[in-house]
Amino acid sequence: MPASKSDKQTSGQTDILMEGRGLERTFITGEVSVHALRGVDISLKRGELVVLLGHSGSGKSTLLNILGGLDRATAGTLHFDGHDLTHASDDELTRYRRRSVGFVFQFYNLVAGLTAKENVSLVTEIAKSPMKPEEALELVGLGNRVQHFPAQLSGGEQQRVAVARAIAKRPQILFCDEPTGALDSQTGIRVLEALDRVNRELSTTMLIITHNVGIGEIADRVLRMQDGLIIEETAPKRRLKPSEISW
Amino acid sequence: MKGLSPLDIKLLRDIWHMRGQAIAVGIIVACGVAIMVMALGTLSTLSASRDAYYERYRFADVFTSVRRAPESAAARLRAIDGVQTIETRIVRLVILRIPDVEEPANAQIVSLPDTGESILNRIVLFSGRYPETRSPDEIIISNAFAEANGLQTGDAIEAVMNGRLRALTIVGIGDSPEFIYALGPGSLMPDDRLFGIFWMRRQALEAAFDLDGAFNSVSLTVAPGTDTALVIDQVDDVLAPYGGTGAIDRSDQLSNAFVESEMNQLKTMARIIPAVFLAVSAVLIHSILNRLIQTERQQIGLFKAFGYSRREITWHYLKFAIAITAGGVLAGFALGFILQNLITQLYAETFRIPDLTWRIDSFALFASALAALGSAIAGSMSAALGAAKLSPAEAMQPAPPVNYHQGWLRYILQMRWLDEPTRLILRHLFRFPARTAANLFGIAAAVALLVSTLFSFDAIDTIMEQMFFRTNAHDAAITFFEGRNDTALSELSRLPGVMSAEGVRDIPASLEAGHRSERVGITGLPADAQLRRILSADGRYVDIPSTGIVLSSQLADMLHVTTGDLVTAHFLDATRPVVDLPVTAVVDEFVGTPAFMDLQTMNALLDQPPTISGAYLKLDPLAQAAFEESVIERPGIAGVSLRAAAIDSFEETLQETIYIMMSIYAVIGGAIAAGVVYNAARISLTERGRELASLRVLGFTHHEVGYILLGELALVALVGIPIGCIGGIALAHLIATAMATELYRIPVVVNPSTLGVAAMIVLFSSTIAALFVVRRVRSLDLIAVLKTRE
Ligand SMILES: Nc1ncnc2c1ncn2[C@@H]1O[C@H](COP(=O)(O)OP(=O)(O)OP(=O)(O)O)[C@@H](O)[C@H]1O
Ligand SMILES: [Mg+2]
Repeated sequence: MPASKSDKQTSGQTDILMEGRGLERTFITGEVSVHALRGVDISLKRGELVVLLGHSGSGKSTLLNILGGLDRATAGTLHFDGHDLTHASDDELTRYRRRSVGFVFQFYNLVAGLTAKENVSLVTEIAKSPMKPEEALELVGLGNRVQHFPAQLSGGEQQRVAVARAIAKRPQILFCDEPTGALDSQTGIRVLEALDRVNRELSTTMLIITHNVGIGEIADRVLRMQDGLIIEETAPKRRLKPSEISW
Repeated sequence: MKGLSPLDIKLLRDIWHMRGQAIAVGIIVACGVAIMVMALGTLSTLSASRDAYYERYRFADVFTSVRRAPESAAARLRAIDGVQTIETRIVRLVILRIPDVEEPANAQIVSLPDTGESILNRIVLFSGRYPETRSPDEIIISNAFAEANGLQTGDAIEAVMNGRLRALTIVGIGDSPEFIYALGPGSLMPDDRLFGIFWMRRQALEAAFDLDGAFNSVSLTVAPGTDTALVIDQVDDVLAPYGGTGAIDRSDQLSNAFVESEMNQLKTMARIIPAVFLAVSAVLIHSILNRLIQTERQQIGLFKAFGYSRREITWHYLKFAIAITAGGVLAGFALGFILQNLITQLYAETFRIPDLTWRIDSFALFASALAALGSAIAGSMSAALGAAKLSPAEAMQPAPPVNYHQGWLRYILQMRWLDEPTRLILRHLFRFPARTAANLFGIAAAVALLVSTLFSFDAIDTIMEQMFFRTNAHDAAITFFEGRNDTALSELSRLPGVMSAEGVRDIPASLEAGHRSERVGITGLPADAQLRRILSADGRYVDIPSTGIVLSSQLADMLHVTTGDLVTAHFLDATRPVVDLPVTAVVDEFVGTPAFMDLQTMNALLDQPPTISGAYLKLDPLAQAAFEESVIERPGIAGVSLRAAAIDSFEETLQETIYIMMSIYAVIGGAIAAGVVYNAARISLTERGRELASLRVLGFTHHEVGYILLGELALVALVGIPIGCIGGIALAHLIATAMATELYRIPVVVNPSTLGVAAMIVLFSSTIAALFVVRRVRSLDLIAVLKTRE
């Protein structure tokens, strides 16, 4: 258990960083409407690492997008660190993402025209108290790839640049949507190690989506979704290191 | 959709998908086509109407004037080989008194035969009738003059004829092909209020001007296939003893020369300006198509795998370009018709040609469509061929990742103060040099087009400044009927309000140098002339040397001579001396192709006592009315022109034509810039939408993402504008050279403010276009980009 967890119990701050209640999301395309979320209740505690599992189409990405301020729920409420995001405007959501959120996606989404370091600087420049880009790259084990362009990096390396970019601004919360989805097992573990390290050292709250049940073992808590609802919550007895798992 | 192949359906979808860009290109094509349709259409309308007018109302081929020739000389003229029809006339300038018009007005009175209608230069009668044979005071007046002064048949008008004030009765209103463009004495622009044409029976004129049994003007037609120059020589020989001033053909006939020069301007416009538009549209089509093909690589691979041939693929993408252009061509036709109609109406006020109304000119349509489609194909060919050349296997792979290099750019990019978005802009700019160059070209072309058209204002200012303030310091110019001696000048000086007076003598002459020869008027000015001065090319006043001849730069160019060379002058008046004169200076004049001499030297050469044909006067502004009152009663005065009235009519005429033309250019110059910027921004957006959406996910605001999208274009504009200014000045030189005629030339003067206005128009329209695209940044789908691999 990370020691930081109990430290967070300071005055005025609750244990809960993010909380969604009764979140619904309905997509209407033409005549068909899809209920991607049907009333999800979710709360994320400060510093915890949560893994979200579920079949394809169960609504994981939809939930993550709403929590991350990329999309809006059709119904329900959403709070982050005492702020009500339920009715936040576009600009407020932009500010929320800019200040508090980091993202890692399946497809890296690096800017092709910038080097690894510059991709990280892109975010640190607009952050309040970021770490140095080199430092962030060091943290994910890429201290020697600073001047490479994305096209000159492997998939795993690109994904670690994405992680570095996401954590460099010291976000309060990091959302990862299938961060290892495009990677082989060995490379995937290196990315998870980077995430695990960030969670332990910076006590960044993390929500990681994966199809991979095995990855649940590195989490504090595992949620399972089905048909737009969270149907199960488990807490592993012992949180494993990424190097201790495989798939 | 029966009958459309799947490829054609795809084509239509592509166009629909890219409709914004298609419209941007279409607008630019439409502007180019519209100008071409307008210029060529107006040209053909003008030339067809004029030719029909000339034909139907028998415009003469050769014109000449004499001091006084007996009617018997006409028989000898008629006997000249090649002369078909000949008509002798009396033509005189008179001063008018029009109620409610203060300034002195002039009319040119032209004789009609004693009975019936003229044989040549016949009148098209709009209302009323011909004067009675015996009536001494019935006249037909020109339509423009009647309109400008609100005169109708039955009205009376007073004219000073040979010193006597006569009341003339208007019995008809008409026009003749001889006076399509009617310019009064000493005028630069037609002033219909102050100058008109009157037709009167010959008998009445003979009586009024003591020209019984004599004539002072001849017009004639030559038989087809005859060398007009030979006829002119013989006419001059016959009329020399009677004070002939040298015959001219149509090209030197003032009215016709102005029509020709206007047609020359239209021709130049049709050639140069649409070319700029079509070049820009070709470049735009090229970049749009390149981008489209890049996104459709995999489809192309698929088509080729299905067995579509190279030719079919090439044709498919050419069709895309042709379809966009065809839309622009059709819109250009419509716009062109509107502009042509507008310009034709303007022309109809200046050029008095009956039935001058716009009509559809199929050649203009054909030529402009051909030019537009040709440039579209030229612009799209390389991209389309490139698509056809892709091997199917290669094409079906995703495009190789854009490979950025550090290269020399590294040194710039390492600069600390650059932020990442700016680095991104710079890298992108240099990553696609061809596209950057294309955008640069587009912006520069828009600026250049604006500079090369808006400079007309500066040119006109320069002409006015020089003509009305620097070289002509007089307030009034007087023309005598015939040469007078010095006493005429002192008489003028004694008129109320005259502060000073200087004599001037205009002599028709033919100047020869080598095998070149030009018919000109030589102006004799007093040695210390203050009221009519001449300027060197660098703007300094030149004193007229006591010997030799001073040529305007155009005339020097036409004769291929320069200071120090000899020219042979055949004077066409008085004793008709032929003398060799050294060119003592070459001076700057914008109107006509004048030559100057010292007045005393001129009189000495002509072996005459001091003679003048006119005078320049400086007036007391407070006594101007008294002067105008008294001058028209002086005998011997054919014409009076006031500088103030000349300036007014100059400005008024220009306001009507130039200002309309210039606004048209300002709008379409802005359209080019907007089209270029819109297109570039759209291409950038489709190409980098994914990247930009990712940045939005990371918390970048709309503005920051907009900056990355447009910063590149802003930089291009910053560099493109000065390039466009330089290009515009070059284009202005080209246009000015192409439009220069013997009647006038356009100085290439470009004020900094004109460059500023051009830049502002381009920046303004670019900004509007850019904002249109930036709006789309707001609707970038943030989630979609996360779902898919590039
Ligand atoms: N933009 C959209 N428009 C319409 N329907 C959508 C949209 N986005 C998601 N859906 C639907 O919502 C449901 C949940 O999708 P979501 O992407 O959240 O699933 P997921 O759990 O992330 O699946 P996967 O594991 O395959 O990524 C699906 O049925 C999907 O088809
Ligand atoms: Mg998903």
